[in-house]
Amino acid sequence: MATSEVSNKASQIPAASKQTRPEIAFETAKGWLREMMLIREFELRCMQAYQDKKIGGFCHVYIGQEAVAVGCVAAVEARDPIVTAYRDHGHALARGMDPKHCMAEMFGRIGGCAKGKGGSMHMFDRANNLFGGHGIVGAQIPLGVGLAFATKYEDEVINAGKSDRVTLTFLGDGALNQGSFHEAMNLAGIFDLPVVIICENNGYSMGTAISRGTTLGHAISEKAAAYGMDGVVIDGMDVIETYWAMKEVVDKARALSRPAFVDMRCYRFKGHSMSDPRKYRTREEEEHYERGDPISILKVHLEARGLSEDDFKAIQRDVRTVVKSAVEWAENSPIPPMSDLYRDVYRERWGPYTGSSQPEMLGGGENTCDFNAIDPKADLL
Amino acid sequence: MSATTMRVIEFRDAVREAMSEEMRRDPRVMLLGEEVAQYNGAYKVSKGMLDEFGPRRVIDTPISESGFAGMAIGAAMMGLRPIVEFMSWSFSLVAADPILNNAPKMLYMSGGQFGCPIVFRGNNGAGGQLGSTHSWSVEGLFSNVPGMKMVIPSNPYDAKGLMKTAIRDDDPVFFLESERVLSIRGEVPETEYLIPFGQARVARAGTDCTIVSFGRLVHLSMEAADALALEGISCEILDMRTIRPLDAGAIVRSVKRTGACVVVDQSWSFGSPGSEVAALVHRECFDDLDNHVHRVHSADVPAPYAYDLEQEYLPNARRICEAVRACLYRA
Repeated sequence: MATSEVSNKASQIPAASKQTRPEIAFETAKGWLREMMLIREFELRCMQAYQDKKIGGFCHVYIGQEAVAVGCVAAVEARDPIVTAYRDHGHALARGMDPKHCMAEMFGRIGGCAKGKGGSMHMFDRANNLFGGHGIVGAQIPLGVGLAFATKYEDEVINAGKSDRVTLTFLGDGALNQGSFHEAMNLAGIFDLPVVIICENNGYSMGTAISRGTTLGHAISEKAAAYGMDGVVIDGMDVIETYWAMKEVVDKARALSRPAFVDMRCYRFKGHSMSDPRKYRTREEEEHYERGDPISILKVHLEARGLSEDDFKAIQRDVRTVVKSAVEWAENSPIPPMSDLYRDVYRERWGPYTGSSQPEMLGGGENTCDFNAIDPKADLL
Repeated sequence: MSATTMRVIEFRDAVREAMSEEMRRDPRVMLLGEEVAQYNGAYKVSKGMLDEFGPRRVIDTPISESGFAGMAIGAAMMGLRPIVEFMSWSFSLVAADPILNNAPKMLYMSGGQFGCPIVFRGNNGAGGQLGSTHSWSVEGLFSNVPGMKMVIPSNPYDAKGLMKTAIRDDDPVFFLESERVLSIRGEVPETEYLIPFGQARVARAGTDCTIVSFGRLVHLSMEAADALALEGISCEILDMRTIRPLDAGAIVRSVKRTGACVVVDQSWSFGSPGSEVAALVHRECFDDLDNHVHRVHSADVPAPYAYDLEQEYLPNARRICEAVRACLYRA
């Protein structure tokens, strides 16, 4: 395939749409650099562990797209829900999940965020308002619309206040042609839901270039008009630009309680999954994007503001240590006891089912009460 | 029951009362689906609810089953307790991914972090000459999935008590109504009551043969039992009320007394509640049986349109009588 067929390049975003932005505080930007490097290191170690057969099933790494998760998460509040698809390790780490629980989930251990029952594609973190990690392409989009429905309902109907939370719903460009995407877009529009639906447009649904499977593949943001919402194109390779542009979209969604759609231009440096030889794209194309590595872009930016090579290496050492110890922690976490097979099927105990409990990450313990409960101010009888 | 005031109301009224009482009790409960609000429900189950609760809690959706089922599941993960009406369970098939792949598995996949307290409800089974795509009995197909509960009431009293339990349940509940029973009338007390899941009701006591039945088919089984009584055959009829959990104890206790079992289930026979009951009875009552379990199901073909063919396709009193006689070697 010729490079010219790929039509999602961040570099093709008209310069006019990129505004002069206020400067991000140095320490904040340095923190983003660390987060992106942590995700990169985590994914490299996942690839290694996968090849060593310590990780089973499918494994989709986020290398190349780190700026998207980090920039988007920075643009929302901790109380804003997030849901994503199966390429989800980056979102979990950016949201604040301890890498050891994320890695233990990869390893299928009891210390994993889902006690080893979810695996790579199903990262959940209640404390950090991460509602998955979902394995079926597009399935998470209606769920994300539902999260926004619930926050708005809770704020306005139960608590008689103003809708004050925004849900981020991530999908890949491969999900654009699922019915669930179009149904969810319509529902978000018709119900005025505060949800930002972010298409991480890396140009390929597995091995199919976007131009081969998607109408308006060069301009997917135009799809938003069909659902009466804003469609915005954002550079997902430059985290500072990602942050500012997302912040505008999120702030507007919050203020107006309205949905928006984002064409987030990015590129995955590795294959769709670990078994992908990437024969559908050229090495030249890959090199073009690798020159725009989001970590390098931010590093260059920070160097101009005084970040030294030693500072960079210190971060590198730090994230290596963190991920190495996460791997060790995961390896030492026990395999789930067989008694856990029948746990978490139903909330209550009956027949062979043994009730449900929270993972170690959340402190463990039986689920004895309505743990989904939102806190309605109205008295329950 | 005698101490409380009884009224005679329709099945649809009983379902509506349950939903309305729970919505008054808990602001997290809301109803959504096609035509549930302004149209007052395609089958008038939600009649008047928009007036009482307003458009924020009784919500008309576009025809978008996959979308609104998924949306409701997301809302349930967040802490709401949605009731989702499918105008017909036949239409739920386009929402198979959310209702089968998300709702029943969320608790497990998230390692106990997110439950899914949601009720899916609507008409199940043949409505009458609607053709095959519109005449689904989803019991066999959906009850196969662990993580869900399935309720199939036969009468107004049970419908109300089971719906209230369904709404308060923390797991996803599939609540199967039937267009053919929505208008049947029965006694329902004024005072509040709930019916726990997994407790079958003895619809008719008898000594010769146990008939295990579900939902609308309880009425056909009663009709058959009346006819068989004239032949000197005494049938005990169990109205199972719920398919998951299944009240295995009630079935086993009854069959151990009668020594014979016929299961009447309107889903197709292959991989169905009927085959599950048969396996259970053969395992638990092997030495008590005088014959193998006999089964009455919908014929193993797509539902036909032509009236006479459809009548023969569906379980009916004649076929139930034939099965009981065969089981008792009285054919």
